[in-house]
Order: sequence, then structure tokens, then C-alpha cells
Amino acid sequence: MENISGFLFILPSIVFFVVFAFYPFIYSFRLSLFQWEGGNMRNLSWSGLYQYSKALSSHEFWNSLKVTALFTFPTVFLHISIGLLLAVLLNRSIPCKTLLRGVFFVPVIMSTIVVAIIWKFMLSPTVGLFNYFLNVFFGLPKEIPWLQDPKLALPGLIIVHVWKWIGYFMVIYLAALQDIPVSIYESAELDGASSWQQFRHITLPLLSNTTWFLIIISIINTFQVFDIVYAMTSGGPVGSTDVVVYYIYRNAFLFYDMPYASAVAWLLFSLIFILTAMQLKFSRAEWSY
Amino acid sequence: MSTLDTKFYKVKVSFLNIIIFTMLLVFGVFMIMPFLFAISTSLKPDKQIWAYPIVWIPKPFILEHYKRVWELIPILRLFFNSVFVSSAITISQLLISSMAAYAFARINFFARDVFLLLILSTMMIPSYILMVPLYLIIDQFGLMNSYGALIIPSLVSAFSIFLLRQFFLSIPSDLDDAARIDGCSRLQILFKIILPLSKSALIALSIFVFMGAWNNFLWPLIVISSESMRTLPLALAYFQVSQSTEWGPLMAASVIVTLPVLVFFIFAQRQFIQGITLTGIKG
Repeated sequence: MENISGFLFILPSIVFFVVFAFYPFIYSFRLSLFQWEGGNMRNLSWSGLYQYSKALSSHEFWNSLKVTALFTFPTVFLHISIGLLLAVLLNRSIPCKTLLRGVFFVPVIMSTIVVAIIWKFMLSPTVGLFNYFLNVFFGLPKEIPWLQDPKLALPGLIIVHVWKWIGYFMVIYLAALQDIPVSIYESAELDGASSWQQFRHITLPLLSNTTWFLIIISIINTFQVFDIVYAMTSGGPVGSTDVVVYYIYRNAFLFYDMPYASAVAWLLFSLIFILTAMQLKFSRAEWSY
Repeated sequence: MSTLDTKFYKVKVSFLNIIIFTMLLVFGVFMIMPFLFAISTSLKPDKQIWAYPIVWIPKPFILEHYKRVWELIPILRLFFNSVFVSSAITISQLLISSMAAYAFARINFFARDVFLLLILSTMMIPSYILMVPLYLIIDQFGLMNSYGALIIPSLVSAFSIFLLRQFFLSIPSDLDDAARIDGCSRLQILFKIILPLSKSALIALSIFVFMGAWNNFLWPLIVISSESMRTLPLALAYFQVSQSTEWGPLMAASVIVTLPVLVFFIFAQRQFIQGITLTGIKG
């Protein structure tokens, strides 16, 4: 009887995941072993590992991996460091804490397309507010063409992606900070520890779980960035913002080459899988010390 | 002597806090400045938008851009689309996920942990792998460009199941047992006891799910092909293409799309933040 009610309760979920998770997962791999013959999307012929060799020898493919890596690392670093800084500052006895926390969180709840459009405006050379501030406060030239310059487009997108999500990291860190009992700091104070020492030896170690969690969240989230690339730069100029998910989207839904797009997706997935496995092994080795 | 020392110490500490407060204020301004600038731009005549130095307060206020948005895009229909799709997804996830979460938390059935692991493992499948096959599946079902295409792939979420299961586990099972002795069915226990006790988690989760569905862009982009079926983010993206550098109407549209969410956030800030930290810390 227990078994029956248990199965009934999970049945809708199991059916759902079989149809919409497991089956597509396998199907996409199978699809990557075929070749599109043009015309109808289902006009396919077997081609084995052709798509994979095509991807691995494609300059655009490697470029998209490079762009994604260049985008991810600075972004994750900024998410974690600025998020932590803001949380530590906000955790002090200052007025309007809730208001400030809310203000920092507003970009998080905004739609990415709204963020993209507003920032496209902010970063535009002639009328953009961002350039205006850089000019007024730092004396930089007035007309920096952020999104039109191949060297500046990706940094521009990094600014946007950090701006949008920093509130999330701050809020999580803030909650973790508030979980640390004040008495620990008080006894450290009595022992003569300076603020910096307290931070390094009490705060940081106690936040290590949260930090690991946030690093993973940031990497996963930033690796799959798409919306701002689509709305702000379309992968350009000259492929300087052609992140992997945009590359997959382009091949699947603009060129209709679904088998190739699936192969690229699987290559990326395998890469992440291997990196994660290596990372886990590496961190376990460290712990054995 | 010591009282003098303590006085100075107190003054020093609050001076530091004032500096910190100012820094945070400046950063806070950086956070909302873009949106405020969007509002200001949406109310400015074109001449002032392109003027240099920047015109902060538009003189005079004009509503031309908002009128243009109203004329060019079926904003009410689009709004309805987003509300309908997001609500359907949220309700469905809450219902189906809480049923599964309850079974995983309270019922000891055959191979329970195997099934749990299978479901949780789907969280590791990234969206870019499923993008193409899901598109083909939806096409095969004949659901392309429909509400079904938008809602069905999000009916259940492993994340919701995981979260609710964790929460249900923290509720003592004494109430369950008492109810079972009284002859309640499992379903009744779920709906009459567990769910009412889980209000905070359910509210937090529904905000999280609703926002995710509301802001979702890539999936609607690939399955929707007619203007009347678009969700707000999608319509906004197409609007941007048609308007190119007409910043006035673009900012007006951005403000319109953001305002409901913003208002809701102002009133429910605590629940929003609670939802995020709940999903964050517990994970």
C-alpha cells in the first residue's frame, strides 16, 4: 500500500522527466551523429563522428570557447569579491539597511532583455550615461564605442552581467554573515585581534562553504549567458562576444544545422564534466593534508 | 581617562560607518541609476535625449514615447501572455513538485532513493543540451507557437522537488502520524497539514519560479513565431530591432515591462529576499 501511494505521488514527475529530460538528453546525442541534408529538419543521414570533427576543426567553435572563458573568469571573480565586499559593508551598523539591500537587488529581478536594452543605451558613445560619467569623473574620452569595438564589447558585457547579478551574491553573503555569532568577534576583539585579522581568520573561513556554493552558481550561470549577447551584440563585433550558447543557438535556429549544434552542445557538456571531475579530485587531494 | 578613551573610540567607529554608508549609497546609486535614467529618457523629447551635456530632468515631460509603444505593440495581450504562462508554470510546479517532495520526504517506498537520485540528476543537464531536442519534440506534438509550448517543458522542476523535500523533512512527522491514526489519506495529510505549515517555503519558491518563467527569453525565442503569442521579454527584443536607436520608445517600453515587477518587489521585498536565500543557503 505504501509502495502504491508513493509511486502515485511521484508518477507525474517521473513521466515528465522521462519525456522532457532523459529522452531529449539521449536524443540530442543521437542527433549529433547525423548530418542535415537540407530542406526539412528531419532530412538526416548518418555521419558518425563527422559533426564532432567538424566542431573541433572549426575556428569559430574554438573562438566561442575562448570568448566564453574570457567572459566567465573575470565575471565570477567580480561577482564573488564585490558581492562579499558589499555584504561585509552592509552588515555594519548603518542606517537604511533594508532599503540599501533592496536597491542592490533591483537589477536581479529585472528582465535580462530590459537590462540589455537599458545598458545598450548607457554604453552608447554619444548619449550614453556611462561614458558621460567616465568623462566627467575620470577625464576619459567622451565617445568610447563600447559595443562597437571588438576589444571593448566583451568588457562591456562583463560590466552589465556583473551589475545585474551582484545583488544576488551580496544577499546570500549577507545572510551567511548574519549567521555568524557576534560573540566570536567579541572574544577575538578582547584578544587584541585587528579588524583585518578578524576578517581573515574568522569571517573568511566561516564563509568558505557559501563561497564555494556561490562560485559554482556564478560559473554555471555565467557560462550559459545568452540574453544580453543576443540583445546587445549578436555575437559581434567580429565574433568578439560569440559565447558558446549563442554559437549553438545560431547554428541550430539560424542555420538550421541541428546535428552540428547538438555536437557542439555535447562537446561543451563533456568539457564541463571533465573539468568538474578533475576539480573534485583536486580538492579532495587538498583536503587529505 | 578611560571614559575619554571610550568616547573617542565610539566617535572613531561611527565615523568609519559614515564613510561606509556613503560608499554604499554611491554604489546603490550606481545600481538604480540606469533604471532612473531610462525613466527620465522615456519622458524626454528626442532633442533632449540626444543633447549633451546630459539633461537630467526632462523639461517638459512628454508622453509621446509611451503613446508610441501603445500604438506599436499589443501590450495588453503580451502582458496577458506573460502572466498566464508564468502563473500556469508556477501553479503546476507547486502542485506536482510538492506531491513528489512529500512522497520522498514521508513515504518509504520501493527504490525511493534511486528515483530521487534520478530526478536530482536531471538538474545536471544544462539547458543548451535540451534546447534542440525539446524544440523538435514540441514540433512533433504540433504545439509550436502555442501556450503549450511555453508551459509544458516547465511543468515540473527537479529543483522545486529538492527544495520542498528538504523543507518537508524539517517538519516533525508527529502531526502526520496523528492524522494517519485518525484515518486521513496521504493526500489529505499533504494538503491539510504539510502545505499550510510550509507557507513561507511555498511563497519563496513561487516567487522564484514565477520570476524565472516571467524573465525567460531563450525558450520563447525559439518556439514562438507570431507577435500575438510573444511573452514580454521576447516582444521587447523584437521591439528593439524595429526601433534601432529610437531610445525614447525603447526606454518607455522597458519601463512599462519592469514596473509591475518593481512594484511587486517593493511590497514583497522580504519574501523575495527570503526566497533567494532559502534557495541559496539550503542548496
